[in-house]
Amino acid sequence: MASAFARTQNGRVASSRAAQPCRAPLRVRAVATTAKKDSSSAAASKAKLTPEVAKDLYYDMLLGREFEEMCAQMYYRGKMFGFVHLYSGQEAVSSGIIRALRPDDYVCSTYRDHVHALSKGVPAREVMAELFGKKTGCCRGQGGSMHMFSAKHGVLGGYAFIGEGIPIGVGAAFKSAYKRRVLGDESSDSVTCSFFGDGTCNVGQFYESLNMAALYKLPHIFVVENNLWAIGMSHMRSTSHTLGDADFPYIYKKGPAFGMPGVRVDGMDVMKVREVALEAIERARRGDGPTLIEAETYRFRGHSLADPDELRSKEEKAAYAARDPIPQLKRVMLEQGLATEDDIKAIHDRVAAEVEDSVKFADESPKPEKGQLLENVFADPRGFGIAADGRYRYELPGFTSGTAAVS
Amino acid sequence: MLARFVCPATTGCLGLAAQAAARQVGQWSRAYAAAATTELTVRDALNSALDEEMARDEKVYILGEEVGEYQGAYKITRGLLQKHGAERVRDTPITEAGFTGIAVGSAFAGTKPVCEFMTFNFAMQAIDQIVNSAAKTLYMSAGQISCPIVFRGPNGAAAGVGAQHSQCFAAWYSHVPGLKVLAPYDSEDARGLLKAAIRDPDPVIFLENELLYGTAFPVSQEVLDKDFTLPIGKAKVMRQGKDVTIVAFSKMVGFSLEAAEQLAKEGIDAEVINLRSIKPLDRATIAASVRKTHRLVSVEEGWPQSGIGAEIAALAMEECFDDLDAPMGRVAGAEVPTPYAANLEAMCFPQVPDIVRQVKATVGRA
Repeated sequence: MASAFARTQNGRVASSRAAQPCRAPLRVRAVATTAKKDSSSAAASKAKLTPEVAKDLYYDMLLGREFEEMCAQMYYRGKMFGFVHLYSGQEAVSSGIIRALRPDDYVCSTYRDHVHALSKGVPAREVMAELFGKKTGCCRGQGGSMHMFSAKHGVLGGYAFIGEGIPIGVGAAFKSAYKRRVLGDESSDSVTCSFFGDGTCNVGQFYESLNMAALYKLPHIFVVENNLWAIGMSHMRSTSHTLGDADFPYIYKKGPAFGMPGVRVDGMDVMKVREVALEAIERARRGDGPTLIEAETYRFRGHSLADPDELRSKEEKAAYAARDPIPQLKRVMLEQGLATEDDIKAIHDRVAAEVEDSVKFADESPKPEKGQLLENVFADPRGFGIAADGRYRYELPGFTSGTAAVS
Repeated sequence: MLARFVCPATTGCLGLAAQAAARQVGQWSRAYAAAATTELTVRDALNSALDEEMARDEKVYILGEEVGEYQGAYKITRGLLQKHGAERVRDTPITEAGFTGIAVGSAFAGTKPVCEFMTFNFAMQAIDQIVNSAAKTLYMSAGQISCPIVFRGPNGAAAGVGAQHSQCFAAWYSHVPGLKVLAPYDSEDARGLLKAAIRDPDPVIFLENELLYGTAFPVSQEVLDKDFTLPIGKAKVMRQGKDVTIVAFSKMVGFSLEAAEQLAKEGIDAEVINLRSIKPLDRATIAASVRKTHRLVSVEEGWPQSGIGAEIAALAMEECFDDLDAPMGRVAGAEVPTPYAANLEAMCFPQVPDIVRQVKATVGRA
């Protein structure tokens, strides 16, 4: 099995030693892990696909794909509106990483967050209803496409400002470490994954987060979904090359600069992504700190449904379409006997039914009532202040529809 | 922080204000004991509030630049590192957006951070996290994910610190739904409001004033109680009066009390309201006062356009129109970035004579 831990194009382990005079030898490895022999083989054996895991991954990727394609249809029919950013093509990253997490782990994302929410377990119905702006949505219609939150499933958003979510994710990891180091809960080892794109890697908050996650040794995984494009800005035009690499502006190499392993992985291959994820998750749970994963991937659609997508070449799109993660996994499953054609058809039927059901549910769900407008601005509704007659405003009749909490 | 104040009258003002406050004890609400026994500086009030709240709830922690080993850039967190340890009093790198985001994310996950900004000017580097994450997430998540965080630090002018260190941010933050904005004046305010802010489940912007840190105010035993809190959203009438209502917050409360003393000598009896809470604004108390006095002057250190005084003016129009015998008067800072030269700086921020002059104009006397 080819090493999932990428080396540079010419096979050398990444090192900037030759380029700079140093007092001490500078050892920069593409991947550094303190894993002992047995724990790395434990990770490797966990990475071996069982039929259950393979089918779960296939189901999850297919759900993501069908869901997003349905979103496109619904958008053009006017059922959803505003800014919608679809994930089609990148499913291997979401499924490969998030399906390896526990329910008490956290995920933090950007505006391209529908599939991250689905992979983490938020029901398709709730995501679709949220996109339709209905009160049965996971955020009761108040968040929308770019702001998927679920306390129950550990989805911390959904941020329109790229880079904003990364420190938030590091903060959730901070809490996990705090719980162990200060509150004395030895069992606290939940992990947080922050997902973001190549464009985000030029935002200051990315670097601030890399620094602190490593400095405080936090159980956090930085996942760069490098799909080569930030709207119409090519990664090649916007990001400087690391020293000594003329071919490509690698992002994973920025990890070691901050003291954490950097890994580049084929993000169109869910099995490779999963293997890398398991190692990073294990590392984080052990208390060894963060990892930076750069997943090479591609979005089959434009940046958003409003993007004419004129700048990407047909050849590039075709090349990545040929590497579509879903048929790839199907081939492997059939070859390795992990699933039969019937199993796979059953998964397709199940996903189709689930997506149809989610649309029906969203369509039939009611819109939020007017009274919902003023709810949840504050956890303590006394924050709305005092009315003229001396009562708290939220106490006045008609102020809310009655579900605001009284503390 | 600085050895000298720009305006020598300032220290005198504050000292006199404190004495004036003590003399006014009898006219204040019964919450105060007639004999205010202890003198407590604002710094010690904040320090003791932080210490007690950290002892009370393990989930409370402090992060920011120089809060630990340096004992706090303005010594507000003095001694806390030694008492509560490095995991709970965390020195951060110079990385405002990053550490604010981490604090907000950890609050989402269940801790209760107190995030210190060395001054609120530096919070501009983190304002995305304050406004877009902390303030809005409870709403965007429809109540699922709350943010029990306090952002605190010095706000407004200091002395001779120049344009980039002197801005008042009360108007900016009070504009945003989802934030609560507090501005303590004296030590009772500092203790009570900070403890309330830390216990509050929402994000609170806590605007301190650097020049007040060293000022001692008399406090009653009740204020020193470890469960002493003040309600968020209630202003305090510092001085009862019948001729005009002066509304102020933070340092300007002291100046307004001093101005009231001077005005009293000329037969003008001013009521001074200490807002304490910029958001939610205690409109009821202001309106009730104007109903009594029929004249209104607001005092703020910040710039006039779209400032707190502008909001008070809207309130005056909307709720006090029929009670007013004269248009509202507004005293605010000069509309310039703060200059460095001491004499120019003194012209930039309201002084006691400016307040006296405006009140006289509003009351109709030259």
